[in-house]
Amino acid sequence: MIRVELPAHLRILAHIAGEVQLAAEGKATQRSVLDALEARYPMLRGTLRDHVTQQRRPFVRFFACAEDLSHESPDAPLPEAVASGAEPLLIVGAIAGG
Amino acid sequence: MSEVRVLVGTRKGAFVLTSDGKRDRWDVSGPHFAGWEIYHLKGSPVDPNRLYASQSTGWFGQLMQRSNDGGKTWGPVGNRFAYDGVPGTHQWYDGTPHPWEFKRVWHLEPSLSDADTVYAGVEDAALFRSTDAGQTWQELSGLRGHGSGPHWQPGAGGMCLHTILLDPSNASRIFIAISAAGAFRSNDAGATWQPINRGLRSQQIPDPNAEVGHCVHRIAMHRSRPSVLFMQKHWDVMRSDNGGDSWQEVSGDLPSDFGFVIDVHAHEPETIYVVPIKSDSEHFPPEGKLRVYRSRTGGNEWEPLTKGLPQSDCYVNVLRDAMAVDSLDQCGVYFGTTGGQVYASANAGDSWAPIVRDLPAVLSVEVQTLQ
Repeated sequence: MIRVELPAHLRILAHIAGEVQLAAEGKATQRSVLDALEARYPMLRGTLRDHVTQQRRPFVRFFACAEDLSHESPDAPLPEAVASGAEPLLIVGAIAGG
Repeated sequence: MSEVRVLVGTRKGAFVLTSDGKRDRWDVSGPHFAGWEIYHLKGSPVDPNRLYASQSTGWFGQLMQRSNDGGKTWGPVGNRFAYDGVPGTHQWYDGTPHPWEFKRVWHLEPSLSDADTVYAGVEDAALFRSTDAGQTWQELSGLRGHGSGPHWQPGAGGMCLHTILLDPSNASRIFIAISAAGAFRSNDAGATWQPINRGLRSQQIPDPNAEVGHCVHRIAMHRSRPSVLFMQKHWDVMRSDNGGDSWQEVSGDLPSDFGFVIDVHAHEPETIYVVPIKSDSEHFPPEGKLRVYRSRTGGNEWEPLTKGLPQSDCYVNVLRDAMAVDSLDQCGVYFGTTGGQVYASANAGDSWAPIVRDLPAVLSVEVQTLQ
């Protein structure tokens, strides 16, 4: 199972307490994880990536295993530790403002 | 016993304020959607418990919310706003072509005849409609496609479609306004559109009398006379007596003819309200005095309404969607400020009192009169 942590606003929106555990179809990638996440929680569609272009929203970032994966291809394999469930995929709302 | 429900959208959530018909004691519910910008929420005139809300942030984009119980509980509905076909370009601030990009929903206008039908005015400017209570949205693309779209430019707040007026006497007639393109009218339920800006004069644009390019801030009508329109333009208060075919200025003796809001008394079609604001950059009331101005003659002659409003050191703004009226016998008038106050008058503006004083900056105010 793949573990995903969401920002607080989106946990409230989707009525999620704590981590989400997902079984992604096929290879574990950003795209397959987001597809599985949106399939289970349709209200999250459009909040992490644009409805039309499917591009990541500029202030949404993906981290795992102490690395910033935000600029990786959505079809690049996620780290093995994420695919195996040893580490969570952290979806973060970027800190902005002062 | 009548009840009044005031729907307030703010920078950090929505609030629902309720009172009985006396309008002297208020209950405050909220924040709903805490931390999110609520540009607008509005109830269906067919089913007053059906509310629609526009919820957004710069982080997570646009969400839409619906309530079926008057705002006690809410649930997300569809948030996919896809432009019809190839979106094309409009003008950017520097005059260069810029692709149409959806940013947010500014204004929601529920149908006058069907609780499941609602219109959405969005940035970048376009008009969408849902006929399934907000689950799906379709663009009425005849507006952007009517020909002048490539020449529209954003105002300082973005290129937003912020006003939607539905003609109560003719279900096919719709008026909309865009900053900074101008006003437009459809006579066929949104299929085709024409600009209605003749008589508007904007010194800030290359051709002050251009067909499009005017920064219209707000339009209002009285439901008994839908061909009489009142407009607060960036500068100038205007009126039209022929459904927008032509406009004339009625700023008269206002201390500033800049402002954002304009509204009409519920029972007196020639009584209108504005809140003069200094511009272009100050965006606060002249002399630090928060004054609503009322004209009982449809413009030109204005009286300041000050009783109960701060008359010194007040530097708030009143944004374009932040004034509304109720329809009780003695018309109530309401407006919200960027300082977080929502003021109410239960006597058509003669005196005012704050319902709440310390909300986040108010973006929109709507009122429902419930029997």
